Amino acid sequence: MTLGLINANPVVHAKKERVARNDDSHAEDAVDPLEIYDYVRDIRDPEHPYSLEQLSVLSEESITVDEKLGRILITFTPTIQHCSMATVIGLCLREKLKDCFPPHFKVDIKVAPGSHANEESVNKQLNDKERVAAALENPNLRQLVDECLYSSEL
Amino acid sequence: MECLLDRYAGAMADLGDNLVYGICEAIDGEKDPQCLLLVFHIVESLAQLSPGPLANFAEDLFEILGCYFPIHFTHPKGEDDDVKREELARALMLAFASTPLFEPFSIPLLLEKLSSSLPSAKVESFKYLSYCTAKYGPERMAKHAEALWASLKDTTYLSPQSMLSMEPESMSRMNFQESDVMTEAFVLLQEVIRQYGEFISLIIGDNDINAFLISLNQYKGFDDIPLQVKQKLHAVGHILSACAKASAAMCNKVFESFFPFLMDGLGLSVAQPSQNNSYLDEECFSLAKFKFGPLYLCIELIAACKSLTLSLYNCTSIHDFPHQRWCSLLSSFSESLVKAFVSMLRSNVADNEQSAYVYCGVKGLQILATFPGSFTPVSKSVNDNIFLELVSIITSDSNKTFEWTSALKALVEIGFSIDKCLDSEKAASFESTVVEKIVSLISSLDSAIPLSLRLQAAFEIGATRKDFMLRVVRGLDESIDTNFSAVFDHGNHKSDELTIKLLDTYSQKVLPWFLEIGGSEEVQLNFALRIWDKIENFRALNLSPPEFTSISYQDLLGATMTAMKKAVASCSEESQEIIINKASGVLFSSTVFGSMGFKSGSSILKEEGLQQTQNYGNSSGRDEWLTSLFASVVVALRPQTGISNRKMILQLFITSLLNGHVPSAHALGSLVNKLPLETKGIKSSRSLSLNEALDMIFHSFVGTCRDDSTSGNDGSGVNINSLRLNTSRIQLEFNTVIGLAWIGKGLLMRGHEKVKDITMTLLSFLTLDCEAGVSKQFQNLAEVLDEEGVHQLMKCAGDAFHIIMSDSGECLNRMYHATVRPLYKQRFFSTIMPILLSLVVKSESSFVRSMLYRAFAHVVSDTPLTAILGEAKKLFPILLECLSTLSKDVSDKGIIYSVLLVISGILLDKNGQEAAVENASSIVNQLIELTAYPHMMAVRETAIQCLVAVSELPHARVYPLRTKVLRTISKALDDPKRIVRQEAVRCRQAWASIASRSIHF
Repeated sequence: MTLGLINANPVVHAKKERVARNDDSHAEDAVDPLEIYDYVRDIRDPEHPYSLEQLSVLSEESITVDEKLGRILITFTPTIQHCSMATVIGLCLREKLKDCFPPHFKVDIKVAPGSHANEESVNKQLNDKERVAAALENPNLRQLVDECLYSSEL
Repeated sequence: MECLLDRYAGAMADLGDNLVYGICEAIDGEKDPQCLLLVFHIVESLAQLSPGPLANFAEDLFEILGCYFPIHFTHPKGEDDDVKREELARALMLAFASTPLFEPFSIPLLLEKLSSSLPSAKVESFKYLSYCTAKYGPERMAKHAEALWASLKDTTYLSPQSMLSMEPESMSRMNFQESDVMTEAFVLLQEVIRQYGEFISLIIGDNDINAFLISLNQYKGFDDIPLQVKQKLHAVGHILSACAKASAAMCNKVFESFFPFLMDGLGLSVAQPSQNNSYLDEECFSLAKFKFGPLYLCIELIAACKSLTLSLYNCTSIHDFPHQRWCSLLSSFSESLVKAFVSMLRSNVADNEQSAYVYCGVKGLQILATFPGSFTPVSKSVNDNIFLELVSIITSDSNKTFEWTSALKALVEIGFSIDKCLDSEKAASFESTVVEKIVSLISSLDSAIPLSLRLQAAFEIGATRKDFMLRVVRGLDESIDTNFSAVFDHGNHKSDELTIKLLDTYSQKVLPWFLEIGGSEEVQLNFALRIWDKIENFRALNLSPPEFTSISYQDLLGATMTAMKKAVASCSEESQEIIINKASGVLFSSTVFGSMGFKSGSSILKEEGLQQTQNYGNSSGRDEWLTSLFASVVVALRPQTGISNRKMILQLFITSLLNGHVPSAHALGSLVNKLPLETKGIKSSRSLSLNEALDMIFHSFVGTCRDDSTSGNDGSGVNINSLRLNTSRIQLEFNTVIGLAWIGKGLLMRGHEKVKDITMTLLSFLTLDCEAGVSKQFQNLAEVLDEEGVHQLMKCAGDAFHIIMSDSGECLNRMYHATVRPLYKQRFFSTIMPILLSLVVKSESSFVRSMLYRAFAHVVSDTPLTAILGEAKKLFPILLECLSTLSKDVSDKGIIYSVLLVISGILLDKNGQEAAVENASSIVNQLIELTAYPHMMAVRETAIQCLVAVSELPHARVYPLRTKVLRTISKALDDPKRIVRQEAVRCRQAWASIASRSIHF
């Protein structure tokens, strides 16, 4: 990226300890926010070698699930107001969750209210099936998303 | 160069100035870590050999060296893996300390670095300083004393970096996690004080510390003290104790200057001897009077004294100990101190709030009581009082868990210290007060403390010393006795549980402890004999234990058997012989067995067995007790132990086995496993060899189940019997199969060839159903048994292979002295496999085949993986077939799981993968089916993991399967269990990335 970083100096937070769960072996485990969070917390930020968790773009509290209706709602907070990477982060989240959950889950991705300059348009863009599909056809964007999802340089 | 310096010291010294100059040149600006390592070595050896030339150049040389401190790598990691940072730092440290000549330069540099903000630099500096101090000697360090103290004070006292550790338990106990800097600083402090005694006057004279001590008095309770002050308190405590620990003289000084002051702070005065000795009426010590600060410091000081005494005690034998000032001070205060501590423990305020005080109190008492022998500052009566106090805590109340555990810990510590110091007088009083009391606790019925806690206390106290333990064991024995009688005589249900707990303590704690200690086996022997005595008495009284079916009764029997096995197993041959003789005496004199025990020969055995079968319903539980216990003795015997009356024992077990008594089967297996091959000596009528025993066993089984694979006599009389006893017949067959399995296991483990016969018999049971060739022999039998019974019997025979192959905790393992030939499992595997495989091919009925698969699964899953890998190619199709057959029945999920584990083991191995390539598509198909296996989560999980492993196989083989796998896995993403979902995500990623990153298909 020749333009320089959009947020050159982000605040980095410590990673939280992963809690090992002790499931009882008989009950069914419902999908809960922590499970989703465990999938997405390690996605790398598009600009920095830190995870979304470290930049506190995401938190466990920002995720809600309704298993019966099959709905997941993720609200994320871009690091700065005018962050143009917000859409890329959203794309990454969508891709990741598509891999991790069966197709009958409907995933809604939003930026937290008041955290972004063009909140409305970003939300619209992220939840528009056609536009998401189109974005992922773009080889550059696709590569960027893949790097964020599969890179291990955290 | 290094070499030169080492070898030709003389020659090199002549070179003089030139050499040093050259070295300086060479070192200057060097950056490669490996070279640096060498350089530091050179400087070190240089300094050692030639003080002359170096003197002139010391400054220059040090200037160059000094730049390297502290060692800090700027390179990215991974480049210089061979030279570690620690190594370099150590080399530099040695170089720094190599000669006192560096002293004028190094110490200021290090002190300066101390004030840097980098914690690692600080740690490093402290390390160097303490090392250098040791090397340079006191004279040179004297100059720097003040500066050193200033910096030390700065790190430890003024800005302490310790963190209160987070566990709630220790929060209240002044338990600080020190940072590295602090630890190193204290190391330095101790080093300095040891080297340079005058240092202490600096500390004592320090205004800050004195002021701090005075300020401490303003805080009353523990909770009033702010965290900052607590940290300081901790630091000061550490400093003082470091001073006092250094030597007796130091200790004197510290005590003189601080101790009276602290005592004042606590409000204690020198105890008047006239004061009456009653600790019980606490008139003056109200808790509020004790300020935590002085208390804490005081305990730190006493602890320091103790460790000093211990170290002196170890190195010198005679010294004027009581004349030391600190000692007299301490002893004059001791009585009132003890009182204070006791009152702290007595105060019945809520556990939580006071735990800091409780901790201090217990610790103080413990320290005072652990002063070695003759140097103790406390008199004997005071000492006894301490014991009494601690014991009374343990006996009185288990609700205050914190107090209870710390008191117990203190007592154990005291016990250990007494043991170490060989202090006979104290040991006597310890035994009379503490041990007696604790032992009496075991048997006391109405105590408020739960039995498990009481037993724990007893065991821990006992573990401090052997004769204490013996005493504890005696107590245990007694209470086991009384409880047993309670169970048998009065049918007391409460005693059931108590006895079980007692026995568990025996088998889990006491016996292993004695085993570890080694030495006499009296305890084990006595225990075993005692139980047999008990049993004999009950028999003599002809009492029968009540309610045999109740669960607690079964547990009791189980606990007794385990304890018996463990006890017998840890005895030597001679003691085992004593036990077995005693046991068989009891056994055979009992009424039931007595009547038929002395008839021998297999002819009557048949009748006997049948008779027993008929009587099974009403044969009393007492006999079951007897046989079970006897079986557990036999299981644990050593191979060399001589057993008299073998024949009868064997008969006994065979009959009771046929009655469905599983422990007898264990015993038979063990017997067969351990019997000597040949009998030596003349008394062969009483003892018998393995072959004879086997003959007997087979005979009796032949008699009852008419299996003629070993011998041909198919008595017609039995036929009639079998018809008559239609219903009990099936049961008998089951028992036979189980018995055969155990015996087979025993034979297999010692590598005896007869195991083949047994396997063949078992196999014939397996294929019982409608195989024309095989079932001819069983025609009669098949008529007798109804369809369902036959099926169950076959299943049982299949499971028998599990018994043969698996490791058992009950018997036939190393702990119970089994004869184990190496690689016996592999051997069995390779012999049985071809037979099983050919049978599978031959078999027509699907049920027979499924049973064969069952046996196959058991064998495969217990065989070591390496043996299987060699055969992997042949086995794969059958393994898969096996899975598909077994997955029809819900109850087989355990077997499926173990077979799956075998498959995953093969897939993860390189050779195994080669075998898997050929079967890739069928493997994947079977695994895909199992990913939806509804009955067991682990099966689904493992199946998915196996799929991941399959994706590693060669691309051409796997690629065609990709779509199918991905489709299945996306279903698994919806699994009810989270772990399976996570595995599914991983699997999906693995398979998706075979072609490209995309998951679309």
